[in-house]
Amino acid sequence: MVDVRYQTEFTLYPYQKVTEQDAPAPVRHPVAIIGGGPVGMGMALDLGLKNIPCVVLDDHDGVGTGSRAICFAKRTLEICDRLGACDPMVDKGVIWSVGKVFRENRQIYEFNLLPEDGHKHPAFINLQQPYFEKYLVERIHEVQARGTPIEIRGRNRVQALEIRDDHAALAIDTPDGPYEMEADWLIACDGARSAIRGLMGLSFEGRVFEDNFLICDVRMKADFPTERRFWFNPPFNPGQSVLLHKQPDDIWRIDFQLGRDIDRQAVVRPGFYEPRVNAMLEGVKWTPEWVSVYTFQCASMEKYRHGRVFFAGDSAHQVSPFGARGCNGGMQDVDNLAWKLALVIEGKAGDALLDSYHTERKHGAEENIMNSSRTTDFMTPRTGIAKLFRESVLDLVEHTPAMRPLVNSGRLSVPCTYDGSPLNGPDAPGLPRRTRPGSTLADAPVEGGWLIDRTGGTFRLLAIGCAAETVEANGITARVLDVAATDVIRSRYLGRARQAIYLIRPDQIIAARWTGFDADAVASAIKHATAG
Amino acid sequence: MTGLSDTPNIADADGFYQELLSAHENLSEAESHALNARLVLVLCNHVGDRKVIREALELAKRAG
Ligand SMILES: Cc1cc2nc3c(=O)[nH]c(=O)nc-3n(C[C@H](O)[C@H](O)[C@H](O)COP(=O)(O)OP(=O)(O)OC[C@H]3O[C@@H](n4cnc5c(N)ncnc54)[C@H](O)[C@@H]3O)c2cc1C
Repeated sequence: MVDVRYQTEFTLYPYQKVTEQDAPAPVRHPVAIIGGGPVGMGMALDLGLKNIPCVVLDDHDGVGTGSRAICFAKRTLEICDRLGACDPMVDKGVIWSVGKVFRENRQIYEFNLLPEDGHKHPAFINLQQPYFEKYLVERIHEVQARGTPIEIRGRNRVQALEIRDDHAALAIDTPDGPYEMEADWLIACDGARSAIRGLMGLSFEGRVFEDNFLICDVRMKADFPTERRFWFNPPFNPGQSVLLHKQPDDIWRIDFQLGRDIDRQAVVRPGFYEPRVNAMLEGVKWTPEWVSVYTFQCASMEKYRHGRVFFAGDSAHQVSPFGARGCNGGMQDVDNLAWKLALVIEGKAGDALLDSYHTERKHGAEENIMNSSRTTDFMTPRTGIAKLFRESVLDLVEHTPAMRPLVNSGRLSVPCTYDGSPLNGPDAPGLPRRTRPGSTLADAPVEGGWLIDRTGGTFRLLAIGCAAETVEANGITARVLDVAATDVIRSRYLGRARQAIYLIRPDQIIAARWTGFDADAVASAIKHATAG
Repeated sequence: MTGLSDTPNIADADGFYQELLSAHENLSEAESHALNARLVLVLCNHVGDRKVIREALELAKRAG
């Protein structure tokens, strides 16, 4: 039996019996991905598009109903674009740039994010997570139709796991009963309560925040401006904070902070939330779409790789929702692991490369946890003095713009830089800091399109203002992309230098850079970036 | 910048001290704490240099 643990919004991969279930001996797969949330599906797409056969096992048959992620950051859109799933997301998503911060009922300041020019994608979009997942799965169906080796098995729950010398053995339950499967590599994308983590007896440590939040997704047709509004201590939720965010389909997300020790049943009743929403929306007609309470923790596994098993997304690390770093961070796990695993499976890189998945993504997760914990500490001061400083910042911000940077109602999710990564190669003095080795490629308009579209998936060499040739090392090829030194390119890639060569990894991380082309130097940087 | 100043730097020290105290006159204890907190934030912003602020925090902690 496979219990239904949650309702699904879209049924996307109904259970179908496969012949393997009746096979006399377990069938071996190169890669099994446990969990078909956004991270598992992204991982399958990335590996499948690299022609690595993979099977996704999910214990449901579609995308869970209910409100989770709504903010998807630019880097996530870039990754999804590389995977061919981004267009419907951006078409459906809501783009906003104005934010207003209120205290009680006074607006204390307004900001405009004014994203930097010269990027294909917006700083982020608001989109309900079920749509995000649906578009990933639809993209999988599209590429499956032309032979991409991805298989999704709905209502397949992993029940037991045994790690053997050269593979993992899985016991899986289905509506037709159990069967066994073997996999050379296992990627656990099975969420914050990861079954795989539990079966392997691995710990998940961190900090529990004892605050509660009520999500009210409401539908309203009002001409409410597309902006983010955040209140400290508003009359409709005294002593706590409130966040209002727009989503597609005339849906608005309202987050009411509730504090500790609440009656979880009482707050989801209309008698509790209706008067609050009414007071907040001042006469605008609305209907509730989804109401639930959540609490959160920030936690991380100690290691994201355990031999043949990798942990990615919420199974590896969990952050508070403030700052939108959960799913966004998980998609960067996908970006980081897929190319490394593909190279190792193809025999073009050694096993040590896979250790760098842990090193790099743990670094990213720690930064995400730090940022979302800081936001939470501002929004929910834990001690009297923390509250005093928070109130002092808010008192001052009404009198001087100098205090605005201290007001923390959530920070934009941006990718970390892998400073000190073992994969980083040489840097050249004088080039801009933002594109140092370990950084994510900074997009820019280039002839015929965008830099972000012309890179990714394989190693590439950017030749800016000078000539270069294709370089091959260990069977890995880096083809040249000639880039003209426009103003944007100059400010992001050249600084005061007249020319530069950049080596870009398949995940669009800058691996190394020079101010002139030297084929041997590039070849050894490719070897270094794939050695781990 | 080289770090936190070790040399007296306030002109008319007695006058400054009096000004500091009089800012707190007629305030309750809680109001005084709040005033101090605002003052710390304003001054830290003015200093800006994180190394100097860190040294100031350390000195203040050590001295107490
Ligand atoms: C209120 C809220 C707001 C949020 N807002 C944001 C935001 O704005 N931006 C953002 O980036 N993130 C946000 N997040 C976080 C985001 O929702 C998660 O980080 C994201 O869903 C993690 O994806 P995942 O694929 O790792 O795990 P999940 O989405 O949890 O997916 C795990 C999958 O594994 C399956 N599974 C579990 N056990 C088994 C098993 N034994 N066998 C087979 N399958 C199994 C589950 O059914 C599920 O489909 C928010 C979260 C919450 C709660």
